[in-house]
Amino acid sequence: MSASTQALSPPHRDPDTRARLGWTLVALVLLWPLLVLAEFRPWALFDAGNLRVMGSFLGGFLPPATSTEFLGYLLDATLETMAIATAGIALALLLAVPLSILSTRALAVSKIGPGPGRLGDRMARAAGRALLTFLRAIPEIVWALMFVRVLGLGPAAGVLALAITYGGMLGKVYTEILESIDTRPARAILEAGGGRFAALAYGLLPNAAQELTSYTVYRWECAVRASVIMGFVGAGGLGQLMDQSMKMLNGGEAATILFVFLVLVLFADSLSATLRRALA
Amino acid sequence: MGFELESAGLTHGNGFRALQRVSLRVGRGERVAVIGPSGAGKTSLIRLLGTALRPTEGRLDVLGANPWRLSAGALRRLRARIGTIHQSPPIPPRLRVVTAIHAGRLGRWPAWKGLLSLLYPVDVAGAHAALARFDLADRLFERCDRLSGGQLQRVGIARVLYQQPDLILADEPVSALDPALADAALGELVAESARSGASLFASLHAVDLALKWFPRIIGLRGGEVVFDLPTARLTDSMLHELYAAEGAMLPVQARDAAAGATTDPEADAKVIRLDTSRGR
Repeated sequence: MSASTQALSPPHRDPDTRARLGWTLVALVLLWPLLVLAEFRPWALFDAGNLRVMGSFLGGFLPPATSTEFLGYLLDATLETMAIATAGIALALLLAVPLSILSTRALAVSKIGPGPGRLGDRMARAAGRALLTFLRAIPEIVWALMFVRVLGLGPAAGVLALAITYGGMLGKVYTEILESIDTRPARAILEAGGGRFAALAYGLLPNAAQELTSYTVYRWECAVRASVIMGFVGAGGLGQLMDQSMKMLNGGEAATILFVFLVLVLFADSLSATLRRALA
Repeated sequence: MGFELESAGLTHGNGFRALQRVSLRVGRGERVAVIGPSGAGKTSLIRLLGTALRPTEGRLDVLGANPWRLSAGALRRLRARIGTIHQSPPIPPRLRVVTAIHAGRLGRWPAWKGLLSLLYPVDVAGAHAALARFDLADRLFERCDRLSGGQLQRVGIARVLYQQPDLILADEPVSALDPALADAALGELVAESARSGASLFASLHAVDLALKWFPRIIGLRGGEVVFDLPTARLTDSMLHELYAAEGAMLPVQARDAAAGATTDPEADAKVIRLDTSRGR
């Protein structure tokens, strides 16, 4: 439009270059002491003595156990692990969905204008976020240790522990997914007098469904892995089986269990892909 | 009453003054077009009237109430009576057309009805009728991402007509339509306003369309009202002065077929005779 007014020798250099270089330097300067602190010495892995130790550890995993008796236990434990993960995620959803609807700025009617009730709304959002932070800040293993004491050994402790921590994680990420997509459709519905749930269902979910589903399935996959750690403290499933095998120094059984994990992760992956296709 | 603004001003958070000293009164059932160069504040004005933004100075009354003195519930009911047609329709691409139309009534429907309608559309006939006015009845069950930009814009208009608002605000409602369709779509808007008694307030980029369909024109420049006149009393010099910063030509929609082949935009402008369509 007004090319003539700004034609005075435009610089052909990207004005952002200096900032980018600066931030890269800052990142490196910060990273170095962190690596020292974390005792990051990867070359120690390739020391001849260490290689032998690792070799014999991994060698103990072969051959994988295939006895019928063990496979029977394995099937039971796998079903139990899947049940723990699924029940845990289902309960986590009960926490995550209402809390993310409460906390997300994408559905904040009072932010338009801003209008009446904005103080109360802001406090409710902050409280929702604080609760989500609290839920996920405490690792599931800690909850599991506590619930095992209350409910005794078995999967129930694992389910509750997963529900709490994963409720916090799912809620936080749902909140952010809902804010990161195009929020204009939801806003337009709110501006035409629609309610929160209507704006969510007609304005946000059509755009966010894929991402929400994929993240939820990924969390299910994480729950399967987490149930292993919790199994070590007696919360049932594959973890408990693995704990027994490791304690009996039976590497072959551990190898078979690890193979089951691989299969479960592959299953989660294809489930996620199928659901994403269905929602595309 | 449609709405009333008394020396209203709007300063954005970054300090930019989008509107200043705007005083307007538009009665019930009145049809008014606002024109002006880009950046004049047309969209800000419409968002102010749609209660999407709050005036930083002055007074605003919409449909007989000061929206920013209302309780949250009353503001929601007021918003349900205001229908805003956005320049780019705020419709998620994965939504089906029928659902996008139904979204117009979410302010009137109870929450359960809106959610039920996602499972099975509750008012197919109504959505069909709204689309039929814009020659899109055959697209009822198609997904919105299958529509062209012009078709989507007409779905956006149909949705607001389906809302049955008492005040129709339109922000460049026909910017993506070719001249014949733009003319027809504006005709439908005017007809709806005449039929239902709703006030119609539209910003238009094409001066000829404003002159043809609206009995009253407001010229906006630099956030201020330059003129507010019955269409019959507007002169060419007033229009040219309004658009002085954008060059000698007036932005119009209906290019003369004979001039369509020329590449010089000013040649186009000369063959448009604004008086031929004035004051309907």
